[in-house]
Amino acid sequence: MSQYILRRLMIAIPSLLGISVVLFVVLALAPGDPFSELATNPNVPPEVQAALRTKFGLDDPIYLRYLHWLAAMVQGDWGFSFVSRINVDTLILQRLPTTLYVVGSSQLLALLIAIPVGVFAATRPYSLFDQLANTFAFIGFSLPTFFTGILFILVFSVKLDWLPFVYTDVPGSGIPWLLEMIRQAIMPVMVLGLFQAASMTRFVRSAMLDVIRLDYVTTARAKGLGQAKVIVKHVMRNAMIPVVTLIALQMPAVFGGAIVTEQIFRIPGIGSLLISSILANDTPVVMAVTFVFACLVVLFNLIADVLYGWLDPRISFR
Amino acid sequence: MFDNNLRGMIDDVKDGRMDRRAFVKRMIAVGLTAPMANQILSLGGVAMAQSPNPYKPTKRGGGGPLKLLWWQGPTLLNPHFATGTKDQDGSRIFYEPLASWDVDGHLNPILAAEIPSIQNGGLSADAKSVTWKLKPGVKWHDGKPFSADDVVFTWEYASDPATAAVSSATYAGMTVEKVDNLTIRIKFEKPTPFWANAFVGAYGCVIPKHLFAEFKGGKSREAPTNLKPVGTGPYKFIEFKPGDLIRGEINPDYHMANRPYFDTIEMKGGGDAVSAARAVIQTGEYDFAWNIQVEDEVLLRLEKGGKGKTLYAVGGDIEFIAINFTDPNTEVDGERSSMKTKHPILSDPRVRQALALLVDRESIKKVIYGRAGRATANYLNGPEEFVSKNTKWEFSVEKASALLEQAGWKAGSDGIREKDGKKLKLLYQTSINGPRQKTQAIVKQACQKAGIDVELKSVVASVFFSSDVANPDTYAHFYADIEMFQIPMTQPDPALHMRRYHSRNVATKENKWQGPNFPRWTNKDYDAAVDAAETETDPIKRADLYIKCNDLIWQDNVMIPVMHRLAVEACSNTVRPALSGWANQTDNLQDWYRET
Repeated sequence: MSQYILRRLMIAIPSLLGISVVLFVVLALAPGDPFSELATNPNVPPEVQAALRTKFGLDDPIYLRYLHWLAAMVQGDWGFSFVSRINVDTLILQRLPTTLYVVGSSQLLALLIAIPVGVFAATRPYSLFDQLANTFAFIGFSLPTFFTGILFILVFSVKLDWLPFVYTDVPGSGIPWLLEMIRQAIMPVMVLGLFQAASMTRFVRSAMLDVIRLDYVTTARAKGLGQAKVIVKHVMRNAMIPVVTLIALQMPAVFGGAIVTEQIFRIPGIGSLLISSILANDTPVVMAVTFVFACLVVLFNLIADVLYGWLDPRISFR
Repeated sequence: MFDNNLRGMIDDVKDGRMDRRAFVKRMIAVGLTAPMANQILSLGGVAMAQSPNPYKPTKRGGGGPLKLLWWQGPTLLNPHFATGTKDQDGSRIFYEPLASWDVDGHLNPILAAEIPSIQNGGLSADAKSVTWKLKPGVKWHDGKPFSADDVVFTWEYASDPATAAVSSATYAGMTVEKVDNLTIRIKFEKPTPFWANAFVGAYGCVIPKHLFAEFKGGKSREAPTNLKPVGTGPYKFIEFKPGDLIRGEINPDYHMANRPYFDTIEMKGGGDAVSAARAVIQTGEYDFAWNIQVEDEVLLRLEKGGKGKTLYAVGGDIEFIAINFTDPNTEVDGERSSMKTKHPILSDPRVRQALALLVDRESIKKVIYGRAGRATANYLNGPEEFVSKNTKWEFSVEKASALLEQAGWKAGSDGIREKDGKKLKLLYQTSINGPRQKTQAIVKQACQKAGIDVELKSVVASVFFSSDVANPDTYAHFYADIEMFQIPMTQPDPALHMRRYHSRNVATKENKWQGPNFPRWTNKDYDAAVDAAETETDPIKRADLYIKCNDLIWQDNVMIPVMHRLAVEACSNTVRPALSGWANQTDNLQDWYRET
């Protein structure tokens, strides 16, 4: 097992290197300039912009810039943002708690809805409950988050005036602070969570239906086991294998944030950091965020594979 | 004649026969603006009135929180690294200059004890030195005293090329010396009629020597104070998250009486302009939102029964269509739009004139900019004393057609004019931005009626405004026949604005397209007028020279002004901000209060 993990990690190194080369080259070839804002400011002569480019090494050839970046990255130096001149790791760490809180709670909400609804719908296929669940799931994943987000704002902020639509880190502590943090997160968490829940419900339901018809389930029932025990212990454990893959592959997205939703509600998460850095051509930040993302995808793939073995001992590691 | 009258009036004010206010009123009546009138007076030897912004609160603090929404959040808090206005706005909460531009466009002393004038000995007659007296008893947020050393250091810091400060040009061509602990003297290399650039406004913010001394030059990025500003401003720093949030609290030792009014300040970033307007005008979650570039129609709808309104500040920002004087389709020595070529169509002045007649500014204002724009014939739209009265504009397809006819462009079978077998076809480029694409459509339609085939092109803003040498789509390469964008005017003086189009500044491959003269227009009279104005110490003659420059641009139709744009802000009905079209929105933050 540990040998298996070690081998997988070794394989990951060249693929991560490959990813980083592709990312770096694409970003370097992309048009734009982090100091373009200076261009139309008559107070700032063009030499200033040129001096900044030279100072930050933007005029070096691509392969040199990549080697610099790689050498620094190996030593744990993530570089600094051209735009704010702050170390990239500081910037990311600043944004991480909000992302984990908002996107994490929405994933949790999605799971809490999807698993019970999906399982229950699968045990009574084509019942009224199943039909309703299916209909809502279809509506849910047909509506994009930028649409539901704005709809929620119009209804709950503008018309009813119940919830704020600008998410901001409120200062303070204690119960009122906690309540405020929850209150402002309600809308974004609902928007993201319901969207995720919709597709996940469909997935759980079909995974359950695949298993529920198998012979061993009938055997279990014939043994006289109760419905609850059959569903939870025998059906769910097997049906969860594809669901675990899905969830594991979605975990990097929790770190990556939700770009569109973060923009709508002004959530200072990693997604909004990424989009503003892309717009500002802030290469070091874009590079770091996307690279962390790539690492997480590789890591969670590995975790998913390890989890298979735990869920189904018949799968062996070779 | 006007010249003599003015001189007489300045003397009247000097001798007390006319009061200052009456003088300013007379100037406004003849079309000058208050800031210019005041600059005239100060150069004429009359001390500037201290005209603080209206301010009602009678004690410091007690105003609760002030919540600002900047839809592009500040990304750094060192005023001398402030790339965009958002960063300048954020830095200005904590740092202060010697003087700010107030609502009426006067210099308003902040860290200065008084505004320099000839009368108080602050200005020299040859316009080569300025002496600033500093306010005594000012403290930095960490309790250390503020002194002339800090001001001198700020100049050293910003002018050091290794620091790579964006404000370096503001502090070039001068030396700053300490006279005594509370006095500094700026010595200019050349006569500098507009002396209120260094230490005024956003790039004028003074930084503390004791915290930055070790981080001058190459190590400038490492200064911990870059992230935790220690200034003299009305609010003290609490927290900063780049691009997201700035939080500050009241400075109990602030150097102005009864100020500031608010107990805490929050500047939130992110999102877009429309929802920012919504958060201020419709739901009232925020008190003030910056730069609301939203269609007027949307704003009017939000304002109905809302909790806030829009405010407009008049500056000199101009949206215009520039004409390419060189040929963008012929390559000479690896460079298109080379100075060795002439534009095959647009070098004919009649075609340029026809184009100017085809820009329907009134419709563009009505349909697109609404209250945030003014139709104008001038490239230079402020301050008032620099605005030409000799120009006019009109929209007429008939006249344009007649001109083209005269120039030998005859309508072909497809309705497009042609001459010597060449079609009258123009490529019109701009950046991707809603109002710009709509303007393009309006202009294209009018051109079509006059028989000009216009091809529209829009480039992503980050490319269009980049300095990327290899990218042919930047505004500076100008590989199109005409292009449209906005140039902001960042100070109430036209020197920088007009210097751009001097012949020596032509953008070429040789200077990596860094020369700001992108239309590649050269005119000896213009060069002479700009050169003369740069050193002219007589404010009236100087204003005449810049008016002449503007008129030359107008006569030659180098730039076709589309809209004189005003700054649009959204503000809660109860907050009373102090705004100026000539400065950053936060430049007079100490005077903001809430009406209860």
